[in-house]
Amino acid sequence: MNERAPMVVLEGLSRRFRDLVAVDALTLTVGAGELFGLVGPDGAGKTTTLRMLAGVLRPSAGDAQLDGVSVAREPERVKHSIAYMSQRFGLYTDLTVAENIDFYAGLYRVPRAALAARLERLYHFSALGPFQKRLAGQLSGGMKQKLALSCCLVHEPVILLLDEPTFGVDPISRRDLWLIIHEMVAHGTTVVVSTSYLDEAERFDRLVLLHRGKRLALDTAHALQSRMPYAVLAIPVDRVREAREVAAKIPGVHRAAVFGDNLHLSVDPAGGDGARVLDELRRAGFAAGEVRRILPTLEDVFIERIAGAA
Amino acid sequence: MIDFIRLRAVIRKELLQFRRDSRSLALAFVLPLLLLIFFGYAITWDVKDIRMAVVDQDHGARARDLVSAFQAAGRFTLVAAPPRTSDIGLLLDRGTARLALVIPPTFSADLGAGRVAEVQAIVDGSDANTATIALGYTRAIVQQFGAQLLSSTRNPVPPVDARMRVWFNEDLSSSNMIVPGLVVLIMMIIAGLLTSLTIAREWERGTMEQLASTPVSRLEVVFGKLIPFLVIGIVDVAVSSVAGIWIFHVPFRGSVLFLIGPTILFLVGTLGLGLAISAGTRTQLLASQVGMQATFLPGYLLSGFMFAIDIMPLPLRLLTYIVPARYFLVVVRGVFLKGVGPEVLWPESVLMLLYAAGTLGLAVRAFKKEIT
Amino acid sequence: MSGEPAVAVQELTRRFGAFTAVDKVSFEVPRGEVFGFLGPNGAGKTTTIKMLTGLLKPTSGSGRVAGFDLLRDTEEIKRRIGYMSQQFSLYGDLTVEENIEFFAHLYSVPRERRAARREAVLEMADLKEGGERLTRELSLGWKQRLALGTAVLHEPPILFLDEPTSGVDPISRRAFWDLIYDLAGRGTTVFVSTHYMEEAEYCNRLALMNRGRIIALDRPAGLRAAMPAPLLEIETPDGPGAVEALAKAPGVIEAGLHGRLVHVLVQDAEAARAALPKALAARGITVGSVHAVEPSLEDVFVALVRSSGGVMES
Repeated sequence: MNERAPMVVLEGLSRRFRDLVAVDALTLTVGAGELFGLVGPDGAGKTTTLRMLAGVLRPSAGDAQLDGVSVAREPERVKHSIAYMSQRFGLYTDLTVAENIDFYAGLYRVPRAALAARLERLYHFSALGPFQKRLAGQLSGGMKQKLALSCCLVHEPVILLLDEPTFGVDPISRRDLWLIIHEMVAHGTTVVVSTSYLDEAERFDRLVLLHRGKRLALDTAHALQSRMPYAVLAIPVDRVREAREVAAKIPGVHRAAVFGDNLHLSVDPAGGDGARVLDELRRAGFAAGEVRRILPTLEDVFIERIAGAA
Repeated sequence: MIDFIRLRAVIRKELLQFRRDSRSLALAFVLPLLLLIFFGYAITWDVKDIRMAVVDQDHGARARDLVSAFQAAGRFTLVAAPPRTSDIGLLLDRGTARLALVIPPTFSADLGAGRVAEVQAIVDGSDANTATIALGYTRAIVQQFGAQLLSSTRNPVPPVDARMRVWFNEDLSSSNMIVPGLVVLIMMIIAGLLTSLTIAREWERGTMEQLASTPVSRLEVVFGKLIPFLVIGIVDVAVSSVAGIWIFHVPFRGSVLFLIGPTILFLVGTLGLGLAISAGTRTQLLASQVGMQATFLPGYLLSGFMFAIDIMPLPLRLLTYIVPARYFLVVVRGVFLKGVGPEVLWPESVLMLLYAAGTLGLAVRAFKKEIT
Repeated sequence: MSGEPAVAVQELTRRFGAFTAVDKVSFEVPRGEVFGFLGPNGAGKTTTIKMLTGLLKPTSGSGRVAGFDLLRDTEEIKRRIGYMSQQFSLYGDLTVEENIEFFAHLYSVPRERRAARREAVLEMADLKEGGERLTRELSLGWKQRLALGTAVLHEPPILFLDEPTSGVDPISRRAFWDLIYDLAGRGTTVFVSTHYMEEAEYCNRLALMNRGRIIALDRPAGLRAAMPAPLLEIETPDGPGAVEALAKAPGVIEAGLHGRLVHVLVQDAEAARAALPKALAARGITVGSVHAVEPSLEDVFVALVRSSGGVMES
């Protein structure tokens, strides 16, 4: 992060809706060419934050600089350097794929000379080439998102703001979308993505965990997972649900969760390799397999942080 | 301020969407014609075939002449000739007759003796409009009958012969009065409806949020939506006018070329109003409600189409000054029926220009590129 | 659990005009099981659930739910099931207690039982102190728990949950699943649909659904074990470049980005582990490490779709 120029800088960015504080004095910096994640469930403030960065929602307080331009003072100027993909499909369902992209190319004044080459690349990436004449409303969910992303990329923005681009999208399209995003990042575009899928969080260079408008933590996924105050043990066991009740009561076990056929137990790091837990389970009559120490998931991190913030 | 490449992109998008939206197409092209034909035929102040009953208590030649005069006028149809006046009640109650003429037994005798003779006309007043008109005809016929009688007597001094001439609309055909007004009213409704939905719809569907994140300016969006509808509106006015001329034989005595200017001004004003409403409300439901109130009601009540402005009470008369249909109606009637041009109609044109500028300004100000 | 399955369908199909939303779906759910329906938006999950709950009539096919015929006895079925729709269907401007009261009446909960059930539901949703709050003021996690509560007011033997935890925060989601396990533990059959791959792990058995069809049906472990081919994970700084390079490499069935790592489905793990780094080095792409990994459900999904001939778009 240190070697990157700051591209998106939030300073106390806030937004309230009557008595609800949707985004609470958010402060962070995203470097040029970084793939940055806004991670959190519904109501965390992800969409509100992105809308403010895109200049379509006025901040109640604070500011953000995108490529050096203040979004509170000059929202229209910011829009020349960014592309925003709203959470809801924002293109025209009664226009074809080609017409939608053409429209956005016109809005961003993409020079005619450059347009042909860009279109070819976009169609290649998105695999939408054969569907140019299809009405956008008739595309599947994954294709709609790819179309929306293509419209964002037609003017080669410096900053890309994507609001839950893969929500509900089929796994293959989801991979295609991420491939495109990674390509853009590799070419130097700064990309800020919001997601409620914790398993996607590993993709980001860095991510910020958001909860009820506040920043819970900001780091790489790996760092967050490694710096947990406790370790996580995975133990395959029969009658998992009953085993969970028993395991939760074993001293040293903070939390016990069911994960498929395994128990995931959060234990004190000093508590050893879990031999004692295994013992207890076996003594209680459960057939337990080998204990494995695993990295806490981001879900574990999240829960711990929320509990800590409370 | 306005970038023409972006403006062109918006116009192109609007036209593509419009072409594919069958509802808007029907609204823009089919509805005006339907309304014109329907209202053109339905609204007429000419009343024909008034069913009439005559109670002839006189049975003399003069009485028969009077009845013939009614029948010859072409507006009345004799449906009953009951012997007694007490029969009239039933006929009117049932609606068998709308008007009953009672000729007293002394009618012919009085006339022959040079005395004033009276006849009684009883009319079904439950439809006040028709009743008034029927009474009007009755008075005219009786008056004419009286005049003829006078001229046929050996009285050398004819009574004052009031001659009436009607200018511009010789037959006093209500079509000539109504159809141009209908064109104006219809255009006001259509223009208002077409544009009042467009911005609200984009907010509802989520496309406006996406659009708002691009550098497109408010002027480009408002004008980009205005221009396609303006073109469509001009086509509509042309088609409606042609239909009016062709179906209802409304005369066209003025210059087509001149009519284009005020038409554009009127359309811009009304479309601008629709866009302002659309920008100000954020849901289609609200936009269409407000749109209808803002275009149809003033157009119908305050434009001079149905009700003459001169006889309105002052507050309403003042209100009509902000109804553009009022000015356009004067222009349309002027061009169609009077054959006049800019030399007479320039005040109206200037006022429409001001109105257009005003509503467009309002639309641009009301339209915000942010979520509220 | 023995006896007739809670849900059994054969060749269930639903068409909307020319579009086939659900295509000859067949499966059985024994009583007391937590059965999951996993698939992206548009896969047909909601349509299937609507047919099972009697809200939508199948175009063809047959089935039995709670012992009653799907085509003939929908009213009987409705009495014996609980349903939580994808969209929040409680009344925002009623309080929590008012909503419970309303649904208790709607489901004909016998009067003697109403008080007890109300308490149980408030407890379940952890809203014992929040009964007076307006429903729309609750956060999403609480709303979903309340919705679940009202769905079981009449203690139905079968519960249908359509994407119940979409967008819910992790704590609430875990609490929610605790509730589901609780119910399942007491004999309720729970049928859940979701597009979150990680939630699928919580189910006893899973049906993977795509474009109206069930492409796999098994326990999560079984699905993973049945991967058509071994999966290698490659660590490399140039993920996209590696994917592009490997996509056409010999022995590679499919290559994709998985986080920042590259997941490659290969024919032979040993051969690939040797050959692939060389192939990448030839393109100037450095490789950090290569090793076999256990596939995630997303890997399984993608592999199944690819091997069944498909590009997912048409």
